[in-house]
Parts: sequence; C-alpha cells; structure tokens
Amino acid sequence: MAKLTIDGIEVEVPDGTTILNAARQIGGKIVPPAMCYYSSLKETGGKCRVCLVKVAQGSAKDPRPMPKLVASCRTPVADGMVVQNITSPDVLEARKGVVEMLLINHPLDCPICDQAGECDLQNLSYEHGLSTSRYEFERRTFEKIDIGDKIKLHMTRCILCYRCVFVANQLTKERVHGVLDRGDRAEISTYIQKAVDNDFSGNMIDVCPVGALTDRTFRFKSRVWFTKPMDAHRNCSKCSGKVVLWMKGDDVLRVTGRKDQHGEVKEFICNECRFEHKNINDWTVEGPRHIDHHSVISQNHYEKIDLIKLKKEVERQLEFQSGKKHLTEGNGLTQTDNHENNQG
Amino acid sequence: MGRKLLLEHINEPGIQTFEVYRKKGGYASVEKALKTMKPDDVTEEVKKSGLRGRGGAGFPTGMKWSFIDKKSEKPRYLVCNADESEPGTFKDRYLMEKIPHALIEGMITSSYALGAKTSYIYIRGEYMYVAMILEKAIEEAYAKGFLGKNILGTDYSLDLYVHAGAGAYICGEETALLESLEGKRGNPRLKPPFPAVAGLYACPTVVNNVETIAAVVPIVNMGGDEYSKIGVGKSTGTKLISASGHINKPGVYEIELGVPVEEFIYSEEYCGGIWKGRKLKAVIAGGSSVPILPTDLILKTAKGEPRLMTYESLADGGFATGTMLGSGGFIVLDETASVVENLYTFARFYHHESCGQCSPCREGTGWMEKILHRFRDGHAKKEDIDLLWDVQRKIEGNTICPLGDAAAWPVASAIRHFRKEFEEAVMNSLELAHV
Repeated sequence: MAKLTIDGIEVEVPDGTTILNAARQIGGKIVPPAMCYYSSLKETGGKCRVCLVKVAQGSAKDPRPMPKLVASCRTPVADGMVVQNITSPDVLEARKGVVEMLLINHPLDCPICDQAGECDLQNLSYEHGLSTSRYEFERRTFEKIDIGDKIKLHMTRCILCYRCVFVANQLTKERVHGVLDRGDRAEISTYIQKAVDNDFSGNMIDVCPVGALTDRTFRFKSRVWFTKPMDAHRNCSKCSGKVVLWMKGDDVLRVTGRKDQHGEVKEFICNECRFEHKNINDWTVEGPRHIDHHSVISQNHYEKIDLIKLKKEVERQLEFQSGKKHLTEGNGLTQTDNHENNQG
Repeated sequence: MGRKLLLEHINEPGIQTFEVYRKKGGYASVEKALKTMKPDDVTEEVKKSGLRGRGGAGFPTGMKWSFIDKKSEKPRYLVCNADESEPGTFKDRYLMEKIPHALIEGMITSSYALGAKTSYIYIRGEYMYVAMILEKAIEEAYAKGFLGKNILGTDYSLDLYVHAGAGAYICGEETALLESLEGKRGNPRLKPPFPAVAGLYACPTVVNNVETIAAVVPIVNMGGDEYSKIGVGKSTGTKLISASGHINKPGVYEIELGVPVEEFIYSEEYCGGIWKGRKLKAVIAGGSSVPILPTDLILKTAKGEPRLMTYESLADGGFATGTMLGSGGFIVLDETASVVENLYTFARFYHHESCGQCSPCREGTGWMEKILHRFRDGHAKKEDIDLLWDVQRKIEGNTICPLGDAAAWPVASAIRHFRKEFEEAVMNSLELAHV
C-alpha cells in the first residue's frame, strides 16, 4: 500500500495504482480529467495530456519533485508522494494550453453534433477553455466516411485518443482500422476498402470522447438531453446484455453501454444489443439511469429535486441580483452544482 | 592537432574493407574484450572513461549500461540508433559510410559487455546506400569469424542485423525506434518502463548512438582511464562535429572536447572562418533543436569566459544564455542570414515530423509553423510574437517525448535573442500593408 496526498487530501491505495485512479478514489473536483485513458481498456492513456499533474514530492524515500508535469493516468503512485492538481497554477495553465490545442483544429460544430451534451471535450472546454480562439488559420478537415454500416467517422472532430484502436485490438479478433499518416494530418481510417464489421465494433462509439464516431442508427434523431436514459437488460449470448436505453416516449432511440461516473463503460455490449433491439418489448427495464458524469444530461429533469440545495441556490442568485455580490465572484447556476452529489 | 580516435584512418584507401581495417589495428577491442575481459569489466572501463551519449542527450553511457536488468531471464538486446535525422547532423553517416567496421567492432564489443546475443542497427530509410555498406561489412565480419557462433573460438555468439526505417524523424527517439523495429507504428512509448527494463520485445535493451558505440572501441583498446584524460571535466574523449552553414570548410570534424568555440569556427584546422569575409551572426551548436545563440553568447558565456566545445560549457547559463552540445550539428549563420527564415524552416520540419500521438505537439507544431509563415510572408502582427512565445511554452515539457521540446526550444531561443528581427518583420508587414 502507498499513502499519498493529492491537493492536500490523503489517500491510501495499493502499489502500482496510477495517480489518476488514486484521485478517483478521493473523487470530486480534484480528479484530473481524462480524454484518452479508459480504465477498461489496457494500455490506454498518456496521449491527450489533459490529465497532467505536478508531482511536488516523488516519494518518502526520494522527495525530489518530478522535473516535468506527468500524465496522471500512467504514472504510478509512490509512498509519500505529494501530488498537486487543481492547487497548482502550473497544472491549470498547462491544461488550459492542452485544451486550446485540442480545440484549434476541432470544428466546434456542437450545435449539429450528436455527441453534444455528453462530450468530454465540450465539458473540458467549458471548464478550462477560452471563450474565443487565438487560432486564426484554416482548420484541418476531413471527409466524413462510413466505416461499416453502423458507424459514421467524422475525422475532423477526432482528438486521436486511440481508444477505438484499443477497442478493436482488445475486444475483437481482427483490427481493420488504425491511425494513418502523422502529426496533425494523422487520421483514423480503415485498411483499403475494409469495413469495420464485427460483433463488438459498436463499442468504438461508446469509448469515443468526442463526436468522431457516431451511431448511424441514432444520428440526428434527437439531442441527447431530450432523451431519457433507462437501465435495461436482456438475455444475450454474446455479452452481459446490460445496457442503457435512451428513450423518447416509448421509442428506444439508441442503446449504449452503461457508463460509470467517469464516463467509462465497464461491461462492453455487443452490436446485436446495440443496433438490433430498438423495441422496448425486447428489454426488461430496470428504472431511470443515474447519470453521474458531469455532463449536461446529468441535469436530469426527472431526478429528485433537492429542495434545500435549490433554496440555497436561489438565495445566492438573489445576492447577486441585489448587488451584494458581483457576478464575477460566483459561477453560473449550471456550473456551481456538484453534479455528482445532486442526483438525490 | 587534436587527437583522432574515430577518424584516424579515415583517409586510408580501402578502409571500408575488412582486410585494411584489420591491418590498421581493427577488431583489437573484440579480441581484448572477449579473450581477456569479463563483460562487466568492459562496462567498468566504459564507466571509467566518462563517455557520454553522443546522440544528443549526453547521458553517461556506462551508467546507462549498468541499468540493464540483469536479473531478468529474458534475452537482452543492444540496438544501435543510426536514425540520424536531426537537421544539421551528419556525423554518423560519415562514420558508417567511410569506416563501417568501426561500428561493427563497437557493436560486438558492446554487445559482449551487455550480454546481448542479438543486436540491431536501426538505420534511417534515407541512408539505404549506407545500409548496403554495413550489410557488406557484416558479411565480411561473419566470414572472418567475428560474428556468428563462437566468436574467436570463445563461447560468445552474436548475430547482428541492419534494419532500415521508413523515413521518420521520430524514429530516432529511442522508444519510437523500438516500436518501429518491432514492426509497429513509430510512436514513442511512455516512460517508465525504460528500455533497460522493457525495451525491444519487452526485453531489457540498451539503445546507443552510432558514435557512442564506435567510441567503445578506443575505450577498450586504451583503457577507460586513459580515455578520460582527453577532454575537459565531465566531457571526456573526442566528439564528431557536423559543421555546416556559412563557413569556409563545412564537414565532419573530430575534436577533443574542450576546444574553444572561437577556435573551432575560425581556425584553419576546423571550420576556417565565416565565408565570403562576412561576420558571424549566430550559431546553432548541437543540431536544429538546441537553442540558437548570437555571436557574443556563443563565443563567450554570460560570465565572460570563453565558451568551449563541451557539454557543460555550452550549457552554461541554462537556456537563458546557454545552449547544448546536442548531437554536434554545428550550424553557423552569417550576418546576412535571417533568423526568422531559418526558424520557419525548422518549424516546418517539426510540424512535418510530429508523430501526432500527443496533443500539444501534434497541434502546436502546426500552429507555430503557420504563425512563422506569416512572419516570412509579411502578414505578421505585433501580437504574433507573444502568441508564438506562448504556444511554444504550452508545448515544452508537456509532451510524451522530447520532440515537443525540440520543436519549442528553437522558437523560444530565437525570440529570446533575436526579438528585434521578429519586430522588424512586423514592421515590414505594416509597410507592405500600406503600399
């Protein structure tokens, strides 16, 4: 076991745990964001650099600080380690830089993107980005392509997290897509004239942190926040059959895996469950899904309302209105909520 | 005249062939090591010699060797990094092309020290003709019993292979090189684990530069102590410098570490002064990625001491007023050269060569190139200087591998020391706009 502190909070975790996972045990605001790391896929992480943290003290034995910021998702903890995330201005500055880099070639087409509302990049740019861009050049673009009959690849939106490549490596027998070219010309693509066609390819959509891979059976059907997530299951010979149905009225608009509070699917589902059973009668519905991840869909209108909290919030707003407090002293209504705790 | 350890026989006719090389004392280190020394003794000599990695980082070679995981039961590998791609650096090519057996000999002796049974030379794709030369030399070494089973009748066996890359700068980064050698896309790996623990095929591996491995030959022959007497302080031995740019005699020079920079630039033995009778403006002392320094800072340190061609002296003053010896790619700019133009060329290179794996480098290198393009084409604004500074700062230190740093440092140093030129470019842009 190793004892360490992250932003001054002590936590004890087994040796070999990464800083990110140690932070996730503490939870709350000190958890570094992660765009490429995915706990249920091996070897992911280290690429997007949004989870950079400062190691102010390497370990009890060797208290020297690490010379550079490190990727918390791939750096193992050590006993006596002192980690700074949101308490380090260097980290916040670097993260802001990374978010800016991720956005310079991103199309920012959220208004027409299916991922909007449950997009990690969208969340990240609200939290760390600028409202304007300093990038004044033409953005790099790619043609949209269908990789397989169920998945649309919108490469222009991709942040090259490589998660979908790991899905194909680790969940399927044969990987037929990968990364071509290099630098900012690098793109996800299939081998010549190959289509991604296997029983678990749909998980590529679930792991995509942005709207680069979208479900062709759901494209443009609805904004995600207008759909109601319901936990459901069915007997499936290929997978666990445990899914989330995204419903509008009695219609099942899309089926996805169940994402945890960090937006990660732990039990991957098969394509039959995902694409073939869009009928409510095929499923045993368990009840409304708690969306823990701090995305706009977690502001679920049918969740239980915390009256005490709401009262406090109204009081706060009144303070602003009456001029006791200036608006710059507080955040907006949607951002002040601790979304992980307001789910009742 | 400085001592020559690597290039002593370079002008000998036929030195490319085994016979002539052997006649000139070649392969003596293999005989000495295999017949009279234990593997650890060889490592010990290298440690004593103070030899530091010649590929750019300058890490002590003996220490790197001693990190190799000897407890592991997996096979160990020695990989020679011949993916010499740093703009301004061409010393390894010269060595391999002219005197290939020096590298082969170094590979055998070093592999013996590390206990490697299979070793690789990873050579850049553009050096295909050099790869052919090496292949031929290896063939000769096999035929003479210096490679293969039971070398020189001892129970040490070694197989040596040449593997050509496909033309990517990033594959000169040691972990990307290993990925590429394994047949994968050349993306750098996250460290730890370091190659000494899990390198090629997840086995303990040492990756060394061509010149480093070639330097093991004189070290074993003359002894580590003797070798360490050459040079100054912690910069021991000789170093190949690829001198290029606006000088009278561009080329590869073997220097004893410690030669004053001024002597290196102006003496007839080396660069022979600035061409066309012009004045020196700036030097990029260690390959494109190290900070550029203006005349006053390259000839003398900020403290006013003469700057020497050593790891320490060139780094004196940190990045504020110093630079790095790097790989020894010594690029000289005369008074007519444009630092902005030169920087644009480098930025374009790093943009082209970024692997695209991690965000700051993938996006930032392209951004920097585009901003610099504006300076070059006369569309730059005053704010662009600070923007450029900020972009490089967001890249440096935040990437997986040092390519991000390599792209950021030239930009940072050019703005630091030649801000005036950027401002002039902005003024010119304004004038152009008024026309």
